[in-house]
This record gives sequence, structure tokens and C-alpha cells, in this order.
Amino acid sequence: MTAGDSARASDPSRADAASWGRFPGPPQPAHDVYWRAQVPAQIAALRERFGGTLAHGNGRSYGDSCLAASGHVIRTTAMDRFVAAEWARGRVIVEAGLTLGQLLTVCVPRGWFLPVLPGTQFVTAGGAVANDIHGKNHHLRGTFGRHVEAFGLLRSDRDALRCAEDENRDLFRATIGGLGITGVITWIELRLMPIGGNAIEVTNRRFASLAEFFALSHALDASHEYAVAWIDCLARGGASGRGVYTIGKHAAAQIAPRSHGRLRVPMTPPVSLAGGLSLRAFNAVYYRAHAATRRSTLRHYEPFFFPLDRLLEWNRLYGPAGFQQFQCVLPEADATLSSRELLGAVAASGRGSFLAVMKRCGTAESPGLMSFPLPGVSIALDFPQHPELASRVFPRLDAIVRAAGGRLYPAKDAHMSGADFRAQYPSWERVEALRDPALDSRFWQRVTRS
Amino acid sequence: MKRILILGATSAIAAACARRWAADGSHFFLVGRSADKLSQVADDLAARGAGLVEAYPLDLLRTAEHGAMFDRCGTLFTQIDVALIAHGRLSDQAQCRRDVGAALAEFDTNATSVIALMTGLGARMAANGTGTIAVISSVAGDRGRESNYPYGAAKAAVTAFCAGQRAWLGPQGVHVLTIKPGPVATPMTAGRRLPPLLVATADRVARDIVAAVDRGSATLYTPWYWRPIMAVVRALPEALLRRLPL
Repeated sequence: MTAGDSARASDPSRADAASWGRFPGPPQPAHDVYWRAQVPAQIAALRERFGGTLAHGNGRSYGDSCLAASGHVIRTTAMDRFVAAEWARGRVIVEAGLTLGQLLTVCVPRGWFLPVLPGTQFVTAGGAVANDIHGKNHHLRGTFGRHVEAFGLLRSDRDALRCAEDENRDLFRATIGGLGITGVITWIELRLMPIGGNAIEVTNRRFASLAEFFALSHALDASHEYAVAWIDCLARGGASGRGVYTIGKHAAAQIAPRSHGRLRVPMTPPVSLAGGLSLRAFNAVYYRAHAATRRSTLRHYEPFFFPLDRLLEWNRLYGPAGFQQFQCVLPEADATLSSRELLGAVAASGRGSFLAVMKRCGTAESPGLMSFPLPGVSIALDFPQHPELASRVFPRLDAIVRAAGGRLYPAKDAHMSGADFRAQYPSWERVEALRDPALDSRFWQRVTRS
Repeated sequence: MKRILILGATSAIAAACARRWAADGSHFFLVGRSADKLSQVADDLAARGAGLVEAYPLDLLRTAEHGAMFDRCGTLFTQIDVALIAHGRLSDQAQCRRDVGAALAEFDTNATSVIALMTGLGARMAANGTGTIAVISSVAGDRGRESNYPYGAAKAAVTAFCAGQRAWLGPQGVHVLTIKPGPVATPMTAGRRLPPLLVATADRVARDIVAAVDRGSATLYTPWYWRPIMAVVRALPEALLRRLPL
């Protein structure tokens, strides 16, 4: 006998919706939907009152792609049910607001795993499709969209649709990586991957230079499900380019999940705590903590995939101004040179990100029209927000990406120019043609109309 | 594995409790007004491991139909291990102050139908001599306050009924648990401006409820900080309480 179906459909409730980087602000009023049947009325109500809306999941996009052009989002996180599960063959249908972490807690004990996982388990299934996310195994399995059998799409101008390769194919391909503007995704059918246990056999090995990283990656990526590298961006001179290369594969073992709980950053400190000498020391210690030779250990999947999830709301450490992430992919051909140039420019900028995450992307093609990965190497860098990022640092980095023929990742972006976006994602016009007239994001407004 | 009857099974708190119970293969008999929502909750529980899920659409205000519902539940379950009463409504309290129909509707949903269900359950469960009747009351029932006394009065009735029934059924092997949540982020409270620091998630409250059922607690304040807060509020003289913006 719960109230709040359609009568209150347009009243925002509870905390506003923000993006993970907290830049650009401000957070937007969030209108919760609890049942799939509420979505059409909610879209219509917000369109009438505010001119439009956008689906917003758990707010793990870093920039403005999860914020509505109208300033009012539909929040999907209360739509977090399983619709169906066939555990015998690893097929599940879940609502768009279910987080991948919640899905894992149910499917791992049954011997199934998500074939693609990002660096946090707090993303929703809907967000995973809309951003066509990738993980540490892109070189083998490609993006999330490759493992989506079908999904339900609600548009303001059509009845509810089922989209798959053989049904509404245009919308299927435009919605995977389509940043939420082609309709509100209500459910997703996923093909899971069988596993023998919840453990990952992890091997860490430090490397002294980028050349060494590329050599390791070429030699070992193909034979390991997961591979990623961490680069110390604060190292100078002979130490520059040093880092730790991590590979992992599923092991047929059961490991107890860590018993210690999660910590939460309780408040936003007045200034950013992520900067300066403390990080230089941290990086040096982290680098030396890893052996120069390979050594394997068995770990539970959670700390392997989601090391930062233990510190809830770690984005607060960057202070009220927030931070920006710069993530690009550089094509294979010149990846060694262009990545060295990019990291050199970061070090020279003096606004340095303290670490970079590098990973090789493979050739598996996504069904998504605007999927981010290209065959090559992806590099992600976090920067505390500062006016110089826009005026001085990012223009230099953008130029390197442009010259290399790479592209930036919309899910992480709060700065890319419209010209760069349209050049790097030439299919954008096909997505725009399929945009739901009631849906628009601040990102889409920025990159297609400026 | 438990045999669980949930009344108001589409409520966010009830569904969150059910997910936790589903993980060990529990069996469910779900009652709620909307057949469509009930079947969505049932599908979710089945995927999460529930051994058996039956949905029984019924508007619980129809107290005359409670008997048939209990009979159907009895054909599936030889005994009920947990009966969770979770339905409720929070209407426009300003309207309830002036509109007799609204005030009585608030009481019927939150109190009269609950008392009817507890009476029906009490007799049936006493016969089996086992199980827990868990009832969602509210911190709002602890004092009559300006902002929501129509809702609070109904919850006060439920709280008092629970305490009495607990005394009656305890010696017969049936436990009664009074659950007093503070504000919870659910559809019932959507659109209300509540102090964000004091609003709990349905899952947080569900965790406490599931633990309290296992422990056999008498009264559960959830989250825990409502117990000291309400101890203070209950101790306030009414002359003072009246002047506070509560």
C-alpha cells in the first residue's frame, strides 16, 4: 500500500544526483523510479515540467555525461531487481538499476561471473551498457556490450521496445555506448561467464620503464584473462616510466571474502588531500613493495577488481572543487611513442596526476556505435580540479591524442571539445538521429552543439 | 530455510528483508495489492535463491478476505516461521487534520488492518506453537507530534497491540517483534524533505530486522540511534514537546 506512484512522480526526493568527479557541478534533483511501469510517466512528467530528462544510475560517470541538460534526472537505482535467471546456462535478466556488485554477490556462488568488470562494482547494469564499459580483460573479451543479449528500452515516442542484434538493431547498436540519450534502459539480458571459484591468481611485477611495460604486455597479456599496469607519474629522471604490471586469471579455489569492512570518507575536506609530497612517498613505497620478479598469490575477486571500493566515497578526498579524469586510448601502431609523449607532458605540466592506469585494448569489436576502446593502449589519469587544466594542461594532452589518432572516453570526460568528439566518434550523427527528443545530457549538449 | 509470510510484500523494506531471507532458499507467501508488482518481487526472489514463491494479490484493507488468504497460505506451509507485516501509508498529514475520511483511512491502513492480521495470525500461529510475528510500527508511534500525529496515532496503536500480544503469545512459543524504523528512503517517503543524515536505506533497516528476528528481540529501533533519540523524546514533558518543531 505504498504511495508515490504517479501522483508524486515529479517531486524530486532525497539526495541530489552528482557525477563522480564532482566537476562540473552542480548536483541535480533526482526523481526516483521504483518500478519499470513508472518510467514512461516519469519521462513525460519531467519533459512537461523541465523540457527533458536523462536516466542516472549510481553516479559513477566522472564528468557530465550522467547529468541532464534539463537539470533533472530520473534515478534508476531503486529499480534493482532480477527479472529472470537461468542459472543452468548463465543467463540473467536484471533491471537497469542493479549494480554489478549486487549481481556478483548472487551469481558468483552459483559459479558465474560477469565477463566484463570495470574498476568499481558500484556501477549499474544500465550505466554499463550506456557507457559500453571495458575492463582488465578487454584484450580478450572486448566491451560489456559484447555480452548483452538484449535490453528493454523506453522512449517517449514509442511503446516499450526490446532491442537485440535481430530486433530493433539500429537502436541496439546506438544505445550500447549511447550515453543514455536513445531511451531509458529498463532491463538487460546478460550472458555470464563460468568460473570454478571466487579466487583470482594474481601476479604483480614491477617494471622500470615504459618500454619494459610494453614488452611485458606483449609477452603476457594474451595468456592471462586480466592485465593492467600502474605507472608512477611522479617519478623523475631515470625512474620515469616505472610502474607495476598486474596480471590475473580465475582460479578454481574458494577464498573467504575479506573480513574487514569498508571505510568511508566521512566528509569533504576543505582542500584536496590528493597532492604533493605524500603521494610521491606513497608511490615510491608502492613501487618498492612489488618484486622485480613475478610472484603469484591467490586473492578474492573483490580486492583484485575493486581496490578503491573499500574506501567509500574516496572522491571526497579531492575536496569541494572535485577532480577530473583524463582517459584516452592511443592506437597500437605508435602506442609506445605516443604514450611516452603523453606521460612526459603530464609530468611537465606540474599539475601531475600522481598515477596512471594503463591497459592494452584488444581488437574485439563492440556492437556499440560509440564504443570507446580501440586496439591500442588506454591511459587513465586523475587530476585535482584546477583552472589550469582547461587553459593549459588538457589542450596539450588533447593535441597528443589527436595527433596519434586516439580518442577520449566520454564516461570520464568533463572537458573535451565538440570538434574532438565529433572527429573521434564519427558515428555520433547516427546516434543523434535516434536520440529520444525527451532525453539529453549536459555532455551531449556540450559536444554536439558547440 | 524459513517459511515466510509477508503482508505488504511490495514495500521496499519488506522486499529488502525478503532478499536476505531468499539467499538461504527460504519459501515465501507474498501478499500485496498490486499483482504486477508482486510478480516482479516474486521473480526477483526466485532468481536470488528462494525455494518457493507464491504471490497472492489482496488489498489488506479487505479484512473479511484475510481468512481465505490465511487458508491458502496454510495449504502451502505446514507452519509459518516468520510473518512480516509491512504495509503502510503516509498520506498528506495536513489533509488528515481536517478531513475525517483521510484521517480514518490513515488509521484503517496503518492500524485497523494490522490489528486484524495480527489477530488472525495470533490464533493460527499459537496452534503451531512456533514462529515470529514481526510488525513494522514506527518511531512516530512513540509520541504524538504536530507533524504526523494521524500516522503516529495508528502506529502507537500497533505498538501497544504488539506489546500485549507478545505477552499473550510468548508462553505459547510464538514471538512478537515490534519494529520501529526512523525515516527510510522508500516510495512511501519519496518527495518528502527529510533530514538526509537521519534517513536510512531500506536494506540497512532490513539487515537489522532479519537479525532481530533471529535474536528474538522484543522491540527493534532501526537504525540503532533511534533508541537513544526516542528515549529522550519520550521523556520530554508535553509542554516542551509541543513547542519543538518535530
